[in-house]
Amino acid sequence: MGGEAVIAIRGLTNRFGTTVVHEDLSLNVMRGEVLGVVGASGSGKSVLLRSIVGLQTPSAGKIIMLGTDVLGASAADRAAVSARTGVMFQDGALFSALTVRENVEAPMRERLAVDAATRAALADLRISMVGLPPEAGGLYPAELSGGMRKRAGLARALSLDPEILFLDEPTAGLDPIGASTFDALLNSLSEALGLTVFLVTHDLDTLQATCDRIAVLAQRRVLVIGTLAEMREVDDPWVHSYFHGPRAHAALAAGVN
Amino acid sequence: MADAVSSSSLALSGPVTLDTLDEVRALLDQAASATRVDLSAVTALDTAGAWALLGHRGMRIEAAGPVQALLLRTVEAALPLPPARTARPRKARYWVGDVLAAVGAAVAGFLTTSAQGLGFTGLVMTRLATTLVRPRRLRLTALVHHMQEVGLNAVPIVALMGFLIGVVLAFQGAAQLRQFGAEVFVVDLIAVSILRELGILLTAIIVAGRSASAFTAAIGSMKMREEIDAMRVLGLDPVELLVLPRLLALVIMLPVLGLVANLAGLFGGGLMAWIELGISPSQFRTQLLADVDAAQALVGLSKAPVFAAIIALVGCQQGMLVKGDAESLGMRTSRAVVIAIFLVIVVDALFSVFFALWGV
Repeated sequence: MGGEAVIAIRGLTNRFGTTVVHEDLSLNVMRGEVLGVVGASGSGKSVLLRSIVGLQTPSAGKIIMLGTDVLGASAADRAAVSARTGVMFQDGALFSALTVRENVEAPMRERLAVDAATRAALADLRISMVGLPPEAGGLYPAELSGGMRKRAGLARALSLDPEILFLDEPTAGLDPIGASTFDALLNSLSEALGLTVFLVTHDLDTLQATCDRIAVLAQRRVLVIGTLAEMREVDDPWVHSYFHGPRAHAALAAGVN
Repeated sequence: MADAVSSSSLALSGPVTLDTLDEVRALLDQAASATRVDLSAVTALDTAGAWALLGHRGMRIEAAGPVQALLLRTVEAALPLPPARTARPRKARYWVGDVLAAVGAAVAGFLTTSAQGLGFTGLVMTRLATTLVRPRRLRLTALVHHMQEVGLNAVPIVALMGFLIGVVLAFQGAAQLRQFGAEVFVVDLIAVSILRELGILLTAIIVAGRSASAFTAAIGSMKMREEIDAMRVLGLDPVELLVLPRLLALVIMLPVLGLVANLAGLFGGGLMAWIELGISPSQFRTQLLADVDAAQALVGLSKAPVFAAIIALVGCQQGMLVKGDAESLGMRTSRAVVIAIFLVIVVDALFSVFFALWGV
């Protein structure tokens, strides 16, 4: 993990009416790390992700991603930054009118001048890399199972070989085997591609298996950040029950073996 | 990626990524005879680059860094890709056969749609009967909500439409009738055409565009988000919960909207007759009461509940037919409006024949 912060958030505030979701939140995401973001439901994990990728304009604060101040940047600079990031939404958010292959090709079609055959081959490579069978390329999202939709969503997020990958609950709704295969896939991809991963999850097994550092969102800010071992030493009641509950014990025991 | 090419070895340099893909592949193709490719000077490698390198089976990859080697292995594990899809062979065309097949498919589709529509109508009628026996099952809040949505909120557009129709009829009628000195009969022209036909027909068409589409979109998006399935497993009846309130709301409100259109039309026609032909409001009233009886208005308004039922049933049924994708929602919404308007016009024609035979 080099010392370079690829995402630097300073003083972020998100307010919806009278509800304050984030207040003066600051966070650094380092190059090459897998950062897990956890927090109670409603603690603003998804809002934080949406703010970083530009789907939500914060009420105040500064977000610097890959050296660009994304909130103050021109549309062209913004687009250049988004071309270097990939986002996988919770249920894949695939375009329902396109096949999986066309979904994966879509970002390339917009941003690159490559010929159709290369584009299709690269799309097939992504589809194969995320562990989907080759036939899946020709299927429509409505014909896929939940797990396959997530993989297809990941293939689309990887379409432009991004530097930063945002994942929103990637293993939610997967069976345990599917979830651990996904963790292994994420590990090998992040290592091989040198990806920086911003991972919103509730899955302790995923945190254990993939994350270099964990950030806990609570009380409208990043309460603590550190490795899993460090999390277990924090004496905040919520953090304590999160990392010491029965599920946590099972996940950690699995990790020790 | 300037590159030393010796006879057997190709040395790449610089980034080998998606952005430089074309140049890299050109170099690889040029050095087709090389048996080794040297990566020691490559600064960046991504999956696209790795794919291009691995695409040249004959070449051995040398001096890859540890991360690059890992990436190459990951990409290699994902290979081989399925064979490139060739363009689908064009189907041979048989003109007469194709035309016949298209006609047949259209007829079959029409029959299926009609049968489905009839089936859905029957289903709704059974539920309606159950609700009539046990009126407490009717969702009153939903009914009132939809009455406001399809009725009250449509008053401004319907009134404006009626007013303008009245104005146009008076204006056109005046131009024709003046030639015979029969200006005063413009009152009969306006009253009969608006009360009997145009008021309710145009109202129904506006409501079909406005509410049939809204019904389809609302029910269709519920279908897409599995809300309808949730209702079914909870033992709730989607027809009772979603269709009946909309149907009843429209059946109650469309006659009211028709009345609004009629009044606005008479007002607009009267105003234009006054300005254009100098027929004073009291003269208009006398002529109206002398020549046009209430039966004319009743004939028109008696069609309203039927039109309302058609619009609501078509809108709701198309909503129920929406499938998982966004495309089908759009297709069903547009189809709901087209079918509703078409059926309203067909039924209006049948009503005309019926009333003519009956002698009203």
